[in-house]
Order: sequence, then structure tokens, then C-alpha cells
Amino acid sequence: MTGLARLATTGLRNRRTIPWPAVPRLPVEEFRRTVIEAAAEDWRLVSLFGMPDGDRETRLVAVLADDRQGELGALSAAVPDRYPALTPECPAAHVFEREIAEQCGVVPDGHPWLKPLRRHPPDHLPPGRPAPPHDREAYPFFRIAGDELHEVAVGPVHAGVIEPGHFRFHAHGENVVHLEIMLGYQHRGVERLLETEDAGRAILVAESIAGDTVIAHAEAWCGALEALGRVHKSPRAQAVRGCALELERLANHIGDLGAISGDIAYAPAAAVFGRLRGECLNLLMTVSGNRYGRGLVRPGGAAFDVPAEMALEMRGRLIGLKAEFDRAADDFFENDSVQGRLEGTGVVSAAACRDLGFVGPAARACGVARDVRSDHPWGIFRFAHIPTATAQAGDVAARAVVRRLEVVRSLEFLIEQLPALPRGPARAAPPAGLAPDELAVALVEGWRGEIAHIVITDAARGIRRWKVKDPSFHNWSALAAAMPGNAISDFPLCNKSFNLSYAGHDL
Amino acid sequence: MLRMLMERLRRGAHTQPFPTAVVEFPDRFRGRPLFVPTRCADGCRSCAERAPTPLIAFGTGGPPVLDLGACLFSPEEAAACPNGAILYTTDYRMASRSRDGLVTPSGEVELVRALDRATRRLFGRSLRLRSLVAGSCGGCEAELTALGNVVFDMARFGVQFVASPRHADGIVITGTVNPNMRTALEKTYEAVPDPRLVIAVGACAIGGGPFRGSPEAGAGVPAGLPVDLYIPGCPPHPLTVLDGLLRLLGRIEDGSRGRRGERSVSA
Repeated sequence: MTGLARLATTGLRNRRTIPWPAVPRLPVEEFRRTVIEAAAEDWRLVSLFGMPDGDRETRLVAVLADDRQGELGALSAAVPDRYPALTPECPAAHVFEREIAEQCGVVPDGHPWLKPLRRHPPDHLPPGRPAPPHDREAYPFFRIAGDELHEVAVGPVHAGVIEPGHFRFHAHGENVVHLEIMLGYQHRGVERLLETEDAGRAILVAESIAGDTVIAHAEAWCGALEALGRVHKSPRAQAVRGCALELERLANHIGDLGAISGDIAYAPAAAVFGRLRGECLNLLMTVSGNRYGRGLVRPGGAAFDVPAEMALEMRGRLIGLKAEFDRAADDFFENDSVQGRLEGTGVVSAAACRDLGFVGPAARACGVARDVRSDHPWGIFRFAHIPTATAQAGDVAARAVVRRLEVVRSLEFLIEQLPALPRGPARAAPPAGLAPDELAVALVEGWRGEIAHIVITDAARGIRRWKVKDPSFHNWSALAAAMPGNAISDFPLCNKSFNLSYAGHDL
Repeated sequence: MLRMLMERLRRGAHTQPFPTAVVEFPDRFRGRPLFVPTRCADGCRSCAERAPTPLIAFGTGGPPVLDLGACLFSPEEAAACPNGAILYTTDYRMASRSRDGLVTPSGEVELVRALDRATRRLFGRSLRLRSLVAGSCGGCEAELTALGNVVFDMARFGVQFVASPRHADGIVITGTVNPNMRTALEKTYEAVPDPRLVIAVGACAIGGGPFRGSPEAGAGVPAGLPVDLYIPGCPPHPLTVLDGLLRLLGRIEDGSRGRRGERSVSA
């Protein structure tokens, strides 16, 4: 059977596990060819990562998705301290291979942009491989020389209240010729904590991967654990978690429209959207006791239920919120000088999306209609379908339009679901233990895009590998791709139009 | 444009009347933790064994102490006591002038004493702060950003974030102070002219937060840096931060929770 055929028959799906031995272990050349071929056809690279395999080898694992069929596939290969890179023929692998190099001490030969990613010593090295020398400060920036070019460095500490990251521009006057983004400043060692801490502490780490994406990461973390622990959530649990996810989406999308307004100095819209964002956070606080929903999503379901009275009160607030939002959004999108700033700024092409694997609203704004809630639905999204929002131009305006559409659709979803939550318990018993030697994949459509928590257990029912992918891992490259050709003064606007997570990327 | 102006006139102001009005938090809000000694069973150490954080610590014999600086405000930290001796109040006031001030037998924190008179004369009506994010999840920063919105409007108290340490009166540190941001923190601190304040916001900045123990996370603000204000939370509610800042500046009287007869507003 060819590698591609084996990929298609692993039987892996979102929230379903397969035995780890059932993941084909191929010679690296065949692994490489299969992933490249798959990515060129119907498959999308969800994750490519490494883990120690025995004493001296690294097992490369690729998880791919066929979004049209709602199927996943997995492949693996064992490699020593180097292997031929996939990136030259599969550009979507570029950040994954830099991550493998850094985490596992492996060199992907032929990678066109092999640089440190998060700037930390290897933490997934096989015991028998000597640790390569490591220098946290060494980062080779791409340089362009020229009398009329200047190099502008921004960060890690930024002007406003924002996470740290470094941006290196090459500009010709005002026009940006090249942007390189160097991150890693928010690296805290999340994956090793998730692999070594007990579940009681690990959920608190999962909620803290990205502080504005508490619900979605907790949902993925719990989803993986529930699959491995054979825990079935009640319909009510699924509905409450789905509502929390959509509240999180609302808070962030509305906040982003406010931030975009702020960056083009349209203060009235910034003020209204900023206030409405707070009202969404307050709804999460009503349910969970925390503005970001911490404490709510737990293995087995939702730690807090939404009694009928609370659900109706929340629905009333959402109806009021929708009316205000609609008015503010109409004002914003019908304002010529606003649209003048947004249209044509920070354009990303659909081809770049597909080649580099962008996800979420940034991809949907280029017409690339990928959304985990539609393609690999889980929980309530198998029953309540939220239409996928797309736009075409791939510019700041399109990313703003997609957010607006998603706000309206999430509001409609919540207004419909809250008075109709299914009967039953909000939480089942958490898993008593995990199945041994299995691979689990939990995908979630976080508000920035696809989140993946990929877990492999060992024979002793312990965690062998916990791989986290935040959508920002893909999408920081979209910002780098969008900037050339724009004025450097449009950088804050472009940055806000993506609003990527530094912490989510850095882990 | 006209429509927008009419809308503004129609809606009126949205700024929360803080600190004059009493703020009501929802029932489930996890504010300052409280230890109820009458519910604590002799010899039982369930809390210290089961809690996912070192919120509760037992000294040599004697009752436990609560460390708000180690608290992640998760339901599980309170649920670690099978007898309900640990619970969360809806009190949002938790800031302290000292690290030790966050470690108490009951969870009650001495409300923040204002800065000395000379410093209050400098900063009391105009405090410019530099944000330094050093290995965080982004949650605390989101709440600090919210402080600038029309509801919390910290600018009406003269508190603002500035774009350079040279323009700042102090730094607000969030995050664990991980290896990758250690140097940036030191350089930023050195660049702030004297007199300067240091404010540690959130569990990570106070003690490493959820990442405590990771070799790639720090244990919070390093020992050498003198901290003027500690604000616990994960993340702290904007009003917890604002309350701490205003008390530091002497803008709220000791113990006051709003004038008698003043209305209450929801958080």
C-alpha cells in the first residue's frame, strides 16, 4: 500500500483515538514523499513534530487533515540527528521543521530558513543524543544592503501594553521591503509542563497557554484527555462548552474591531467596541466566575452549569449587545475614511494561505474557507451549524468584515442555544485513566483559527508526548507576508488586523 | 458622522462611578480567598495535598496560611478542602505593599497604604507607567488594556501607560520573568528615571504562576528589584488593579467602599 493510501486509512478523526502502533512508521524518504504529495493534493498539514524514540532517534510525526472529508491521517518516521527537510517542497512545513530542530536537536537538511524559533535549549532530546551547543542570543537576521535602505528594529518591549516580540523591517523610505519576525520572548515551557504535571495542574497550564484563548485551549486539552479516557460528555455539557467558546470568540472579535478602530484613530468606534468586548467578558464571568472563563472547561464537561434563569438573563444581555453592535458596525463599515485606511492594506493572497497553511479568519478573509467547526465538527457543532464567514480581498478590510460576520453569527448561535440547553448534567466523571499506546488529536476552532492538542500515551498509560499547536504558529508568517509593499506606518494596523498571540506561538 | 454623534448623545457616559459607588460582582466571581477556621478539621491536610498550587501552607504546627501570591484563583484550590473551609469572597480588593502582606492566616489582606507624602506629591495626580511583559500568557495585559477603556477609564485618575521607559514613573511587570526577557526587564528598569515605582501584576509576576517550576519560566520579579505594589490574580480583575493603584496614590481612603447612600453598580 502506498504511503498516501495508508494515510487515508488510519481512521483518525477529531476527538477519536487510534492505537499508536497503527500509525505507519515509514522510512524517512517515503515519509517525506508522502507528506509532500498529500499536501499537494487534498490534505492540509495540521502538525509535524518530533519526540524521542528510544535512546538515539527522533520519531517524526505528521498529522494531516482532509477538510472536505472531515478525516485526519497520521504518519511517522524515525530519524537520527538529521534528515532531508520537507519545507523546500512543502512550504507549510517551514515553522514545524524549525520547531523540530529546536526541540529535538535534529537538523532538517536543506531547510531554506533554518533559524531558532523560540530560542531555548532542546527539551525533547533522546537521552543518547548529546545536546547541541546553544546560545539564546544568536539569531541571524536577514539583511539587505543598500544606500537607500534602512533597517528598523522594534521590540521586544513595545510601545503599548502588548506581549514581547521583535520586528526587523527593511524599508525604502516609508515602503516596507521586508519584515522578519523573531519571537520566543514568551516561551515558558508549556509542553514539558503538560507532559510532566498531574492533570490538576496541567489544566491550569492549558488555560494559560494564551490568556485570551482560555476556553479554546482548555477545550482542546480536555478533548484529548476525554478521548483517551473514553469519557462521553452529555449534550448539555457540549452545549455549555460550545456557548463558552462562542462567547470567547465574540469578546475577541469585537475587541479586535475596537483595536483596529483605535489604530486608525477612529475613537468613537474604539470606545463602543471596547465596551462591548467587556460585556462579553462579563457574560463569561457570570457563568464561570472569571472574565476569561477560567475554571469552566474541565474533563467531563463544564464545571459550572447554566441554570435556566441565568441562561435567559444572558440571552437578554446578548440581544441588547447585538443591537448595539449592529449599529456600531454599520457606522464603522459605512465610513469612507475608515474604509479608505482598511482597503488594500496588508494584502495576503489565497495562494500564500494555501502554500503556507494559514488558518482562521486570516485565511477566510482570502476566501480560503477552512473552519474546524464545519470541517471537523465536535460537540454541539455537529448539530448546530454556524455558517463559515469568508471575504475575498485578503486585506485589513476583509479581515475586519470576517470578524463582523462571525460576531453576528456567534450572537445568533448563542441567542438560539441559551434558552434551549439540553437537559442533563453539565459534567460527567472525569477520566479514571488513559488508554495506553494511543494517539489522540483534538482540534478546536479557536477565535484565531485551528488549535490542535495531539497526545501520545505510553504503555504505562502515561503521557509520552503532548503537542500543542496554536493558530498563531501558522499565522505570524501571514503578517510577515502581508507587510512588504505597505507603508511602515501601517504596521500597527496590519498587526492588529491579524492580532496574533505571542504566547500562543512561543508556548 | 452625524449618526455617530447622535448615538453618543443618546447613550451618554459609560464610565463606572468607581471608587465612589459600591461595585457588585456576580455570585460566582472568585475574589479574595478566605479561610474559615471553624470548618477546618484537626489534623486534616487535604488542602495542602490536593490543591494544584501552594495557596495553602502549613507552618510548623499551627493553622495554615493562605498565600494570595501563589493563588491562581481556580475553583480547585478552594475545593481542595472537603469541609468548605476555603472559599472565595467577591471582594476584589487584594493588592499589597509587600510580598509578606499577601501571606495571611485568614486571607484578609491589609489594604494598600499610600506612598509617602513626597512621592504622592509627584505621582498622586499623574502616574505614567511602562508595561514590561516578561513571559506571560497575555491575560494580565488584556486586563491592563481594559483599564484604558471607557468603563474603567484610568486616565481620569491621571494614570496612563507610556511608550518609553524614559517617560515613565514606574514599570508594571507581568509574566514570570523568563530567561528570554530577563535582560529586557533589567534594561527597562535601568532606563526609568528616579524616583520610580515597580508594580508586580498577576500570579506569574509574583511567584511564577501556573508555570512555577518550569526551567523556561522565572519565579516572578527577581529578588533584586524592589517592588512597591503586588496585585494578585490570574488575571486580576481591572478593578483589583485600579483599587491597588488608587490606594497607592492615596486617592482612596483607608477602608472606604463608597460613601453611604451612594448607589451600587455591577462589575
